[in-house]
Amino acid sequence: MSQVLLSAQKVTKRFGGLSAVSGVSLELWQGAIHAVIGPNGAGKSTLTHLLSGDIAPSSGTVMLAGQDVTGWRPERISRAGLGRSYQKTNIFLPFSVWENVRLAAQSRSQRPARWLSLAGGFADTNERAARALELAGLQHRRAAVAGTMSHGEQRQLEIAMSLATAPRVLLLDEPLAGMGTAEAERMVELLLRLKAQHAMMLVEHDMDAVFALADRLTVMVNGQVIASGEPAQVRADPTVQTAYLGEEH
Amino acid sequence: MDLANFLIQLLNSVQYGLLLFMLAAGLTLIFGIMGVVNLAHGSFYMLGAYLAWSLSARTGSFALALIGGSVLAVIFGLILERVLFRHFYHRDHLDQVLLTFGLIYIFEETRSILWGDDVHGVKVPDLLSASVPLTETMSYPVYRLFMSAVCVALAVALYLLISKTRLGMKIRAGAFNRDMTEALGVNIKLIHAIVFAIGVALATVAGMIASPISSVYPNMGAQVLIMCFVVVVIGGIGSVRGAMIAALLVGLVDTFGKVLLPQVAGMLVYMLMAAVLLWKPEGLFKQ
Amino acid sequence: MSAAKANLETLPRTLQVLLALAFLALALFPFVGTDFYVQSAARMMILAIFAMSLDLLLGVTGLVSLGHAAFFGLAGYALAFLTPAGEPASLWWTLPAAVAASALGALVIGFFVVRTHGIYFIMVTMAFAQMVYYLFFDNKSLGGSDGIYVNFKPDAKFFDLDNKLVFYYFTLAMLLAVYAFLRRLLWSPFGRVLAGIRVNEHRMRAMGYGTFGYKLAAFTLAGGLAGLAGYLLAAQSGYVNPELMGFHTSAHAIMMVILGGMGNFAGAIVGAFAFEYLLHWFKDLPQVGAFNLGKHWQLWMGLFIVLVVVFARGGLLGAIERLSRRRGRAAVAKEEERVA
Repeated sequence: MSQVLLSAQKVTKRFGGLSAVSGVSLELWQGAIHAVIGPNGAGKSTLTHLLSGDIAPSSGTVMLAGQDVTGWRPERISRAGLGRSYQKTNIFLPFSVWENVRLAAQSRSQRPARWLSLAGGFADTNERAARALELAGLQHRRAAVAGTMSHGEQRQLEIAMSLATAPRVLLLDEPLAGMGTAEAERMVELLLRLKAQHAMMLVEHDMDAVFALADRLTVMVNGQVIASGEPAQVRADPTVQTAYLGEEH
Repeated sequence: MDLANFLIQLLNSVQYGLLLFMLAAGLTLIFGIMGVVNLAHGSFYMLGAYLAWSLSARTGSFALALIGGSVLAVIFGLILERVLFRHFYHRDHLDQVLLTFGLIYIFEETRSILWGDDVHGVKVPDLLSASVPLTETMSYPVYRLFMSAVCVALAVALYLLISKTRLGMKIRAGAFNRDMTEALGVNIKLIHAIVFAIGVALATVAGMIASPISSVYPNMGAQVLIMCFVVVVIGGIGSVRGAMIAALLVGLVDTFGKVLLPQVAGMLVYMLMAAVLLWKPEGLFKQ
Repeated sequence: MSAAKANLETLPRTLQVLLALAFLALALFPFVGTDFYVQSAARMMILAIFAMSLDLLLGVTGLVSLGHAAFFGLAGYALAFLTPAGEPASLWWTLPAAVAASALGALVIGFFVVRTHGIYFIMVTMAFAQMVYYLFFDNKSLGGSDGIYVNFKPDAKFFDLDNKLVFYYFTLAMLLAVYAFLRRLLWSPFGRVLAGIRVNEHRMRAMGYGTFGYKLAAFTLAGGLAGLAGYLLAAQSGYVNPELMGFHTSAHAIMMVILGGMGNFAGAIVGAFAFEYLLHWFKDLPQVGAFNLGKHWQLWMGLFIVLVVVFARGGLLGAIERLSRRRGRAAVAKEEERVA
């Protein structure tokens, strides 16, 4: 049974006199990918930050699995089952790939008293980390230092880390950024594989990927939603075409 | 506390606050625009005091000492920026802390070699040595009013410079987006040098005009540095307006604290800082 | 604060061996050194514990605390207050009490400072430490600027701390225990979180870690360990004064950690010894003509610090590691030459 795992209702963020995000509502359903597109400066990244708790909304509500998480700190929202990846790769560059995901996985079993046991020895954490690596296709690169990997591999690690916390909702900010064709294809396959188990929001500029992946499409311009619905419908919407797609294609 | 006493303490608070502002403004500008933390900022204050003492002893004129000292301070600031600080704008805070800590040692010891370790006094110039009567029995020293006046004048000049001149516009642009400003043809290196020199000059002048009141002694920079940090933390890094408000606040709390609650007077300012930290960890007017 | 620098967390084989030899040398030192040097070495070991406690904050968690000496001094004062005028106090309760006092001080101050970041953190740690300094300096009831005497060394009942050899080995035992504890901590889940916070605190929060709590815990633990060192120093010297909590003490600790190399605790030990040795070397410089070089040791120390920060990042251990890597590369290159 599919359900709404994350919903934003009339979320607004004002910086001084400027509205970066204005009255945005959207829903993320389990088993579906909801893509958010729009020109630069449309407020897509701000919206992602608002949903993940990095920024607190000026008004509006965010519900995660039925709970009101509006204004919650990012660590609390993460523990409530939300994972996200970042537009600018936000990993632990000096650590190995394994340590990156292990640290992410460890967050789910924080035992305060564990001051003198070896971090690498916890089966539950290790399993979660290994599974995330496998899903992201990086299991053969466990020992590599994150900072030495190619951009595409780092983006894979970025995804792996967001998976290692076993979230139910995934917010992905431009996962295909800077990727070549082959890498992008692999990433699209990965995202499709993830769909069944998660409710996903995808912010992307790569239109081919968007139309291959999206079950729902929302278009943002100047902080507001100008269209939202089935991708085919939105694509055909004249306001969308003039405001955004028409210029791009 | 009667009115006259209150007035005196109020004037003292403002004077102390304005002096702190001179130091805090320089520190917050240099950090806000170039991203450098300078632990040796208090050393410039000390330099000012020693310059005031030695130059006024040599020339017999406080005014000449002020002018000469200011010029020397600007030159010193420009050299220091060019030779050392410029290379640390992009370094770790830790590296900057280390560098400036080393500088504190060097400055203190150089001062000891050049001018010795004795405590010195600087005579208040005759022109300013009168007192303004407040009541039949109490009066307020003109010199302290002079100090406040100088600080106010410099604060206004700084405000005008930053908000009304082209140089100020370039400074603000450079703080906001360095690369873009450079791309627009602005000589960002020169801007940085000027900002640094302004910071040094403000601190040095503060030391100079404070010297008749505070006297001139080793390690005088350290105490004032801490207060300066407290002001910057309360006011918010990079905000000159925040530095002014915080400085006056600190001046009031410290001065009235010493009079009304002498047992805890030393702690009051820190308690104020702690309270601000609970409410706004990045200062009241964080950019 | 740049947090992405990779620290020398895992000591390469060469350094591990050298460290083991160094510990052995320390254990054997009293047999070859005079009383004076044994005391000096004990003092350096105490400062090494202090430096290691700061390394937990600085090198592991990335917290640049300029006020760590506050907790160093607090425990020393605690011992002074807990030692009666006419007889020694028991080690077995004054030591935990003093460490607890420092840890409590760190918890309270930490509650305020840990919520700040970057340059703010540096400034507020310095400010609060100065507050503690002035608290003791201005209050005659707390000893004032003259400080307080610790009339008797603590009574350990099973061994005699008044015996310089016994005190030396007790201090060495403490040094080894703290080192072992911190190394173990570094690779524990807690230690890994601290390292993660240093490298990318933002991501740690996004992954569900309450970083404020972890940082506060590290700050408190480091404060307690600094207190252990402060207690030992007060016990050894028999005297405490506000300078123990002053800015210079905090700054010296930072330099020890940086000098030796951050993040692995071994560097802190090396740095403490090196720094103290250097300090004494500067102070003992002779008179040249009319100029007493030793009197102006601060000038040489200042120049040295500036040179280190301009040229030698990664400290002594980092330099040794680079040297051995270069030699390793040269050996590999030679091999490749032969084979080619």
